[in-house]
Amino acid sequence: MTDVLELPASSLQMAIQAGKATARRAVDASFDRMRDVGAGSGALNILLYQDRHDALARAIECDADSAEWQARPLNGVPVVVKDNIATSVMPTSCGSRILEGYVSPYAATAVQKLTAAGAIVVAKSNMDEFAMGSSTENSAFGPAKNPIAPDRVPGGSSGGSAAAVAAGIARIALGSETGGSVRQPAAFCGVVGVKPTYGRVSRFGLVAFASSLDHVGVFGKNVDDAALGLETISGLDPLDSTSAAEPVPSFRDAAHGGLTGIVIGKPKEYFPDDLDPRIRERCDAALDRLKSLGAEVRDVSLPHTKLAIEVYYIIAPAEASSNLARFDGVRYGCRVDGDGLGAMYEATRSNGFGAEVTRRILLGTYVLSAGYYDAYYRKAQQVRGLIARDFAKVFSSGVHLLFTPTTPTTAFPLGSKADPYEMYLSDIFTCTANLAGVPAMSVPIGRIDGLPVGGQFIATHFDERQMFVAAFALERALGADALK
Amino acid sequence: MAISIDDVHHIARLARLGVSGACAESLARELNTILAHMDVLSRVDTSSVEEVSGIGAAGLPLRADTGPQIPLDRAREDFAPRMKDGFFLVPRLATHDDSDES
Repeated sequence: MTDVLELPASSLQMAIQAGKATARRAVDASFDRMRDVGAGSGALNILLYQDRHDALARAIECDADSAEWQARPLNGVPVVVKDNIATSVMPTSCGSRILEGYVSPYAATAVQKLTAAGAIVVAKSNMDEFAMGSSTENSAFGPAKNPIAPDRVPGGSSGGSAAAVAAGIARIALGSETGGSVRQPAAFCGVVGVKPTYGRVSRFGLVAFASSLDHVGVFGKNVDDAALGLETISGLDPLDSTSAAEPVPSFRDAAHGGLTGIVIGKPKEYFPDDLDPRIRERCDAALDRLKSLGAEVRDVSLPHTKLAIEVYYIIAPAEASSNLARFDGVRYGCRVDGDGLGAMYEATRSNGFGAEVTRRILLGTYVLSAGYYDAYYRKAQQVRGLIARDFAKVFSSGVHLLFTPTTPTTAFPLGSKADPYEMYLSDIFTCTANLAGVPAMSVPIGRIDGLPVGGQFIATHFDERQMFVAAFALERALGADALK
Repeated sequence: MAISIDDVHHIARLARLGVSGACAESLARELNTILAHMDVLSRVDTSSVEEVSGIGAAGLPLRADTGPQIPLDRAREDFAPRMKDGFFLVPRLATHDDSDES
């Protein structure tokens, strides 16, 4: 066994349980890989913090001769966690100077569930500051690079987690999604990325950006890794009042499901006339595979999709302007002194926040301010209702799943999108699922000039299992073609 | 609804952010460009639609105003910028004569 991280996470756990591998070896392999690919600053810059000492201590626990511990579903499996999800060992800085060096006094529920299942957190990953961005170029700690093409972005805002999985540092990583921040980097890095239904996974310990849109999501090297990660962190949490008391099925068991009788909608708004013909061709080829497996493909329409970016970029900054008011230099994070309390607030926030965060706080403050609330925020919330209604209508018409491109382009060159609105358009196919709260996932469906292309499944609320049935089937059907 | 430079300074004050003159000018330009795209929403008929107030199974949940105690791995003194006797220390308010922080 030359590289234990070549094994799917479930196989690694079984190998450790059978005495054919050790957690120690898995952790060593992960840190060796970090070194070999240049995961830190100065190279790919996809990881912000690593703690080998703590990871090895946990590996020793995982290797202990205890049948109960060895049977845990992720026993000894290294995982990477996005820097806006609280861990109590390494810092949680949200890619921001305002929280530089901050170590949370508690771990997020998703992290606690992973570690209770035996996973070992080996690193915190780079991200756009406070998850505001689509390229991981907005990090206060410098841009991350795509391990498949280092002159390209890994996507964002969870670009570091996607890149860590693509680079072979971990089979599973946690990210967060507000408008596509797991699925878009998954597509750019050629890995699997899942955003569950709003309420499926607790957000306790996820630093809030836009509370009605924020989700914890999962990256996997393959569909099985993503399914295992998601089923581990799902479920009701008394610490998050928006988490749902829905039963959590086994997403891994979806591998045994079939597509006969399944209706997959192809929404015309996600295949506009100006879509890159090579992306259209990869999507059509994937749909042909799904048809050959027994699915029926039906043309459908989600007519308010074209308004999603505008709605998203009113609601998300509005909620962010409120959520980020807590960073004022009083209780945690950095403080920059000024002459009096107000001056301290202003100096701390002005020095601590980067350009994109400042821009969005100002935009959000404006659309919530007197005289503009009805024209912008209230209107956006109404149109959001229309977008959610579009999904409900399609799913109540006998359609089980939707299939679309994840992104309108492949990974773009670093520094190539200077206009903020142009960058916002990267989320055009993904933010609708956040606005409606429905689950969605991206799977690799091919490459263009060596750069990965993602295909997106969208399901109705709490039907992640159906999404995984199709993703497992497509992954098997494409095989090595997903890498061509 | 163009945003002026004065508007930028006003919303910056509301948001407790300092914005310099040159910066305010470029921010006004950027925000106007972004908001110009948003104007498309004003032409959508939403007369039959209620604004969304919460999504997901939980809707817009309320909880008792006594949140569960979260066990902390370390004391607040370990991560707060400044504390004394269990209180967070802040600079004096401009309206207070007493300049003693403690």
